[in-house]
Amino acid sequence: MARKQSTRKRIGMTILAWLVGFLIFLPILWTFLTSFKSELDAFSMPPKFLFFHWTTENYAEVQSRSNYLLFATNSIVLSIGANLVGLLIAVPAAWSMAFAPGKRTKDLLMWMLSTKMMPGVGVLVPIYLLFRDFHLLDNRLGIGFVLLMLNLPILIWMLYTYFKEIPVDILEAARMDGASLFNEIVYVLTPMSIPGIASTMLLAIILSWNEAFWTLNLTTFNAAPLTAFIASYSAPEGLFWAKLSAASTLAIAPILVLGWFSQKQLVRGLTFGAVK
Amino acid sequence: MATQQTTTSGRLLVAPSVILLFVWMIVPLAMTLYFSIEHYSLLDPTAIRFVGLQNYVYFLSNPNFVAALLNTLILVGWVLAITVGGGILVALLMDQQIVGQNVLRLMVIAPFFVMPTVSALVWKNLLMNPISGLFAWVALELGLTPIDWFTNWPMLSVIMVVSWEWLPFASLILLTALQSLDEEQKEAAELDGAGPISFFVYIVLPHIARAITVVILIETIYLLGVFAEIFVTTNGGPGVATTNIAFLVYKRALLDFDVGGASAGGVVAVVLANIVAIFLMRIVGKNLEA
Repeated sequence: MARKQSTRKRIGMTILAWLVGFLIFLPILWTFLTSFKSELDAFSMPPKFLFFHWTTENYAEVQSRSNYLLFATNSIVLSIGANLVGLLIAVPAAWSMAFAPGKRTKDLLMWMLSTKMMPGVGVLVPIYLLFRDFHLLDNRLGIGFVLLMLNLPILIWMLYTYFKEIPVDILEAARMDGASLFNEIVYVLTPMSIPGIASTMLLAIILSWNEAFWTLNLTTFNAAPLTAFIASYSAPEGLFWAKLSAASTLAIAPILVLGWFSQKQLVRGLTFGAVK
Repeated sequence: MATQQTTTSGRLLVAPSVILLFVWMIVPLAMTLYFSIEHYSLLDPTAIRFVGLQNYVYFLSNPNFVAALLNTLILVGWVLAITVGGGILVALLMDQQIVGQNVLRLMVIAPFFVMPTVSALVWKNLLMNPISGLFAWVALELGLTPIDWFTNWPMLSVIMVVSWEWLPFASLILLTALQSLDEEQKEAAELDGAGPISFFVYIVLPHIARAITVVILIETIYLLGVFAEIFVTTNGGPGVATTNIAFLVYKRALLDFDVGGASAGGVVAVVLANIVAIFLMRIVGKNLEA
């Protein structure tokens, strides 16, 4: 009897949960479907759900309308490039905090975290003026530096929490065997923490890809990533929903896949280890 | 443990990060503070002169500031209420024995990975358009008049978009906290005859209280700076109906070219964010000790 009731409860919960999940996911699903409609079908009322003439013409038009590939390239180069450089700076820093902590290490970690609390508008004016004077506006190096600095505290924090889980004895054994510090980090520590480094990078790339305050304010075309590309669709121009959907699908699909892989590390990275 | 040698190399290795972050944060912040007490307009960049607190007086006494402050509080408050409340419900639901839980998890977390400009434009056009958006269709099917969301309810519309973006974050973190609840504790409560409500209030809620606090603090820090969603949908309007502090500072700086005024506004934004940050830092700091 009790067994039967719990089965019934389980079925009820499953249906309810899938309904809620479907509603949360619906805007993404709807965007995906609309991207394959003609503009007329996209605007039709009542909406056409599955039975419409499927077409891929929007994807071709998105490229010809505003050079999607340039923006996509910028997104890829910036989000991967900035975080690779970030990794080179963050790994040594995280090593030193995890394995050679000083009296001030905890304060230093907290101070780094505090840089994340700074609202962008607090430093928008000086950064904008400095970038203008150094010709870094709409420049990949300029916006790349900003993305690097936004993620550096997260990179260090996440790597630090992963490094803390590695037994220090192993590193000391390598040191005993005469490994230099460089070799210790590159050949002992790094291979052991590949999973941690990978998930750190994954999260960092996602955050850079979606960053939309600095990219909108500091780039216009040459260095503009997909966030700015999509923003160019904010001024309506006739029927454009299907094209907007195609552009949006192209902008979010790659990062959605990466995001799904990294969801377990997301909690750790975004809460700075406060929730595990 | 740490020898003299490793301590020295430790300092060397951490130095680049510290220097970079220092340059990134302290230098611009000092410049913002400096500009905030100067009269400095990009329209006439040669006429820079010291004006004391005049920019602050001007910024804070402007009726737009009061409107923007209220808008910021309304936006942050409602999004927090919706995402934390909704997040608890979603997390409780996901924590049940559900068929296909892993796939469902992916669907629920997905909106978090959508860039802000995409979420805002998709919601505005595909869902909330009064003529042929999905919501208009639902309203018509129910025999109601479709709502022109962004025209008649601009702030509510922005709140809906931003809540959709942050609901997955709250759900995922609260679910993680829920899953660490001891299975035996659940069974013990069940044996003692605890009903679902008292089980939630006396066992679940205290267990996830810390996670809820962390969600609230982290979301607040991001929500104080909501920008892109407003930028691509309402541009702060109609009037100043959806202008928050972040957007007001942006307008003053890059549209009015008033460097001094915008800097004063930036300092105000920093102070607001710091009030929240102090609490968050304390919680994270405690965790670091443990």
